[in-house]
Amino acid sequence: MKILVLISNVPDTTTKIRFVDDNKAFDTGGVQWIINPWDELALTRAVELKEAGEVEKITVANVGRSITEPTLRKALAVGADDAIRIDAEPKDAFYVASQLAQIAKDYDVIMVGIEASDYNGAAVGGMLAELINFNSVSSVSGMNIENGQLALTREIDGGQQKISIETPVVTIVQKGIAIDPRIPAMRGIMMARKKPLTVAPAIEAEERTAYVSFELPPSKAACTIVEEDNVKELVRLLQEEAKAL
Amino acid sequence: MNFEFTEEQLLIRQAAKDYAERELLQDVLERDAKAEFPARHIKNLAELGFMGMMVDPKYDGSGMDTVSYVLAMEELSKIDASTSVIISVNNSLVCYGLCKFGTEQQKEKYLKPLARGEHIGAFLLSEPEAGSDAMHQHTKAEDKGDHYLLNGTKNWITSANSASTYIVMAQTYPEKGYRGINAFLVEKNSPGITLGPHEDKMGMRSSDTHSVMFSDVKVPKENRIGEDGFGYKFAMKALEAGRIGIAAQALGIASGAFDRALAYSKERKAFGTEISNHQAIAFKLADMAVKIENARNLCLKAAWLKDNDKPFALASAMAKLYSADMAMEVTTEAVQIHGGYGYVKEYHVERLMREAKLTQIYEGTSEVQKIVVSRSLLRD
Repeated sequence: MKILVLISNVPDTTTKIRFVDDNKAFDTGGVQWIINPWDELALTRAVELKEAGEVEKITVANVGRSITEPTLRKALAVGADDAIRIDAEPKDAFYVASQLAQIAKDYDVIMVGIEASDYNGAAVGGMLAELINFNSVSSVSGMNIENGQLALTREIDGGQQKISIETPVVTIVQKGIAIDPRIPAMRGIMMARKKPLTVAPAIEAEERTAYVSFELPPSKAACTIVEEDNVKELVRLLQEEAKAL
Repeated sequence: MNFEFTEEQLLIRQAAKDYAERELLQDVLERDAKAEFPARHIKNLAELGFMGMMVDPKYDGSGMDTVSYVLAMEELSKIDASTSVIISVNNSLVCYGLCKFGTEQQKEKYLKPLARGEHIGAFLLSEPEAGSDAMHQHTKAEDKGDHYLLNGTKNWITSANSASTYIVMAQTYPEKGYRGINAFLVEKNSPGITLGPHEDKMGMRSSDTHSVMFSDVKVPKENRIGEDGFGYKFAMKALEAGRIGIAAQALGIASGAFDRALAYSKERKAFGTEISNHQAIAFKLADMAVKIENARNLCLKAAWLKDNDKPFALASAMAKLYSADMAMEVTTEAVQIHGGYGYVKEYHVERLMREAKLTQIYEGTSEVQKIVVSRSLLRD
């Protein structure tokens, strides 16, 4: 069984977010890039399944310029066998899904994080499945391979759903797919340098989104502490300032 | 000059940071309170390759450079210097000493399990009456033909209980002074070895420190490291490398305390504004940041010299001297910035301050580093 894990290159979750170009673009200056946390969990599960002998090969792929290669290299250090970078600026979900569609058909299982922690579009997985005509399962929080058959767990309202599904399939995975993201061992880091990282040219694809502008959320207001015996003041603040009553 | 790190170095730094923040942080306060050895963490860090970082992969090491080692030591020590000292002794005293001066047979038998982290190493030089005065070893190693017989006491031994491989310095020819000292590989479970009680230390409390007594301990001839009488030189060479590890540890302790002080100063309000808006605090932060950056540069320079096979003894002594003294200053200021909160355990900075103190004492006190630095200057 061959697994393709899609890797989004996103800003570190502690990045101070700023915008440029009339608030139409994200300021990438000084940003530290990481593997999208959901993709990192997907990769971790893929590596666990490979270590259990259920997977023959793990490929990771992204759409991005050469600046994203350290992120792919880390994925190789964690345990992927090879990497493919489609050389293009990832413009929007449809554009990215169209690019990935060129390479995704060769795999039995495609794992993609439920969303990426930058724009949180949560669209690439579903679009890709549609473009390559694969089945897709969303909200996957568990994956096992039993007798060559994929056994998935989905999170649903108030419980879990167990699914057995034929491959090929796109699995859109969420928290729970692995407990913690795998920290690469030094041996993996050294081996990553020798693993193939192929750069594939981009194809013509439509860009279907244009950003009008971005806005930062209002900064958190200061915390007001009310003395424990001053209920009147609490009620007044809730009514007049918070307008919650 | 190039101040850029390689992709591998950055990945190692990140791996150390991730492990420290995700795992070490969880139980660091509890282990400090209970003086509990971080057995689970050492096992995990060994699997990640941190116990034999600079050992050639042909001896089961990770084959990384010293710059990576400095980056990893800083990240681990930001959170937990007790764990990082176990790693430092194993890497830069024991594994380094064996890599550099061990025989092929010694490397096969002892270095490999040490580099894999299945065995932990300890370095037994200090004695009740020979700390900084390491030339005057009272532990005796009598030459009995096919073996040596060890008698004496070693003090302040990091990992004494959890280690299985000891490197012991002992005197074979008292009449030759320090030229009569030898270094030996000794298995901890050898008959005749007994441990003193667990030392109840001020800081680094989850590393286990004991005295070790040798009473007629037989050591095979082939376990001597280097030529007859090479022991003192061996110890000094190992310490030259060890100092880079402890310097980086002190750097990490300081930068860990600084990170906490910086974050706290932006949250805590006094006189109607965050305390970072008061110049008294802002200037402290500026001073701390400059000192930390200075120490980092000294550590990386020493590491770079070692990686490029250039003499690094002076650079490593400078790095250790400056970083240790700086860590003491910076952690004290971090406690000050936290005010009363800094004096309670929950906020970590008092622990980092206790840990910083030891970096001025072990692997050569700050005073000994000044001897090394000044002698080097005056020799030329």
